[in-house]
Amino acid sequence: MSGYPDYMQESLELVVKTRPSRVGKALPEMNAEEKEKILREWHPDFKMDQKRELKIGPSKGMLMPLEVVDNLESHPIITPDQIDLDDIDYDVDILIIGAGGAGLSAALLAHENGIDPEKILMVQKLRLGDANSKMSQGGIQAADAPDDSPVIHYLDIIGGGHYENKPELVELLVKEGPDVIKWHEELGVMYDKLEDGTMQLAPGGGTSRKRMHSCKDYTGLEITRVLVDEFLSRDISYVELTSAVALVMDDEGQVAGAVLYDMDSDEYKVCKAKATILATGGFGRLHIQGFETTNHYGATNDGVVMAYHAGAVLRDLDSTQFHPTGAAYPEQIVGQLCTEKLRGRGAQPLNKHGELFVYPLETRDVEASALIRECYGRDNGVITPTGMRGVWLDTPLIEIINGEGTIEREFAAMFRTFNKFGIDIRKEPMLVFPTLHYQNGGVEINAETETSIPGLFAAGEVCGGVHGKNRLMGNSQLGLYVFGRRAGRFAAERAKTAKIGELTLSHLDRYEGWLEEAGVETDRKAPILLPEYRRKKTIEHQLKLL
Amino acid sequence: MEKNNMVTIHVMGKKHEVPADLTIMKAMEYAGHQFRRGAGCRGGYCGACATIYRTHGSYKLQGALACQKIVEDGMYIAQIPFSPAEKKRYDINEVRADDTAFLEHYPEIARCLSCNTCTKACPQDIMVMDYVQAALRGDIEETAKLSFDCINCGLCAIRCPAEIVPYNIGQLARRLYSKYIDGPTEHVLDKVKEVEAGKFDAEIEEMKGFDRETLQERYETREKRL
Repeated sequence: MSGYPDYMQESLELVVKTRPSRVGKALPEMNAEEKEKILREWHPDFKMDQKRELKIGPSKGMLMPLEVVDNLESHPIITPDQIDLDDIDYDVDILIIGAGGAGLSAALLAHENGIDPEKILMVQKLRLGDANSKMSQGGIQAADAPDDSPVIHYLDIIGGGHYENKPELVELLVKEGPDVIKWHEELGVMYDKLEDGTMQLAPGGGTSRKRMHSCKDYTGLEITRVLVDEFLSRDISYVELTSAVALVMDDEGQVAGAVLYDMDSDEYKVCKAKATILATGGFGRLHIQGFETTNHYGATNDGVVMAYHAGAVLRDLDSTQFHPTGAAYPEQIVGQLCTEKLRGRGAQPLNKHGELFVYPLETRDVEASALIRECYGRDNGVITPTGMRGVWLDTPLIEIINGEGTIEREFAAMFRTFNKFGIDIRKEPMLVFPTLHYQNGGVEINAETETSIPGLFAAGEVCGGVHGKNRLMGNSQLGLYVFGRRAGRFAAERAKTAKIGELTLSHLDRYEGWLEEAGVETDRKAPILLPEYRRKKTIEHQLKLL
Repeated sequence: MEKNNMVTIHVMGKKHEVPADLTIMKAMEYAGHQFRRGAGCRGGYCGACATIYRTHGSYKLQGALACQKIVEDGMYIAQIPFSPAEKKRYDINEVRADDTAFLEHYPEIARCLSCNTCTKACPQDIMVMDYVQAALRGDIEETAKLSFDCINCGLCAIRCPAEIVPYNIGQLARRLYSKYIDGPTEHVLDKVKEVEAGKFDAEIEEMKGFDRETLQERYETREKRL
């Protein structure tokens, strides 16, 4: 029995009909000019009426999505007179804001570098480990195969990022990649292996080697839960349901902790710290251009906002990643991730006629553009009952190419999710459309993960520079651990010598001054902490792309 | 979504009319609820939205993830965003990967009644009782593999009449399996040594010095081995 409505059956029959002739076939990859052209014409980043220049602060003039500028051109949610900085609730060496892969790695390394577990404090808006890190499905890159090397990985990243990446960060990412996998295995992460004991590796969009390590399609879940287990075993302090809402500074311009908001009691608390690590993740829940998102509930750009209030330099926030394949049907899971590993293992994107229209492993920006063009430029998409458009992702090919049982074994999460809504992806394709996935840019960091403000470190999606203008699959996972570990190490180093002066929140008044000077009149406040989905917003889709 | 197609649900006792096609999570938001606890990834990966429910006229108490389960008419819903459970502290480097590991850290597994309530409660359709039994036999590999898809939602632990916390046992099993039974991967260790010996430094240093044109030329002409 089909999991799709009757009116889609004609198109599905064409998919079935063309399937045998497509096995092992792929259209060629686009050349550099073709890529450039399709990005300009179809990628949402190039829709200039959906961007504007930021009017205030050290990164004034930077072009960003309207939703991000709105979020930055907002009043801080607290004013200095609301907070008594003499009444300190937590006095620690290191404050870590965010408890995903980067924050957890930072905590473990801070501990290993001599900081007492009770002098580290991790605060998390939701629960420990609840983060985009956990939702990563397809894999993590690391150049550890015999025919691979960090040099080749470096080139893949730089080309994929349109040569705009920060080279010293890319160098660290690729060189520390194999060591991250080693570290994970020492901690007890269960990676997929072949019978001979070597890693099972898959390609990703824009990789020139098979470099994707996976734990079924629960890669992020497996890594995160191991890190959480280790974190808890070391008795490092943490507080859940507690969000940072503003950084605290001192009279010498250093970051010296944060004002926290207890989401249960609605009270503010003050944390003083010798080093502060931002590991707050990205902005998917801002729904750039009305796109649905793959992101976690808490991905509301809080870290970039707080850092900017304190005067940190940003970069590459003009660039947003749209994952080529989000679910377009059924309605209940619209926008949720259909992992790139599906294409890595042979699934092909097809139009409503069951035809190939793009090389399946272009970089994400190019692949997403090709899907949008197929649906809206060439009118070759399948229209869903709620008026969305999508193309087929022919998953049954995975079993034809790799053998029966592959989907249940390697794609347990995808299989389970679609099954719940009546679609057996071993037998029928998925219907997909690009979905908001990742902020390519963020707070600028250096090799020591320091931001432009002393005392403030950052790691993970909140930072910019590693991925340039487009990230490759599996490199955000890797980045969490490479830069999270570094942040823990360097923050520990700083904490041993740093002297904190008189605490202040005067930077929030300064920010208000910038807003006034630039003539920004608004009642918006940020960070927003939680997205708003109540009442009619529950069922709204407002794609502004079209 | 047909506008007239509404159902009645009761969220923690309060009655609401909501569109029939929504998941429990979206239905609660539609009803005006803003999650603080009880929502996480919204995609079936984090277990934050563990929920129990009964439907009108049924004696059965069922478990689900609010983000994955579509509402049914007459549903009575309560969320279980947290399950009280003791996770044992251990140094994974010191735990012995033999048949004593589970009984030493979680002796309560010996209380398992084989009632299968945990398996029935699992929204991931994991054979929970089977892995608890495997742990009782000291079979680390079986416990690790059977529990792999666990998202730690806690529904099994809440329902277990023997007060076992299965997900903590699965977690220990997977770490032990990876670290001691599967073991480190040789080509990973080899590559780490090569990096440490500086084997790639000169080439990367050279590339960092390239202008954009040279980099682009290298990128466009790089060899692909897929």
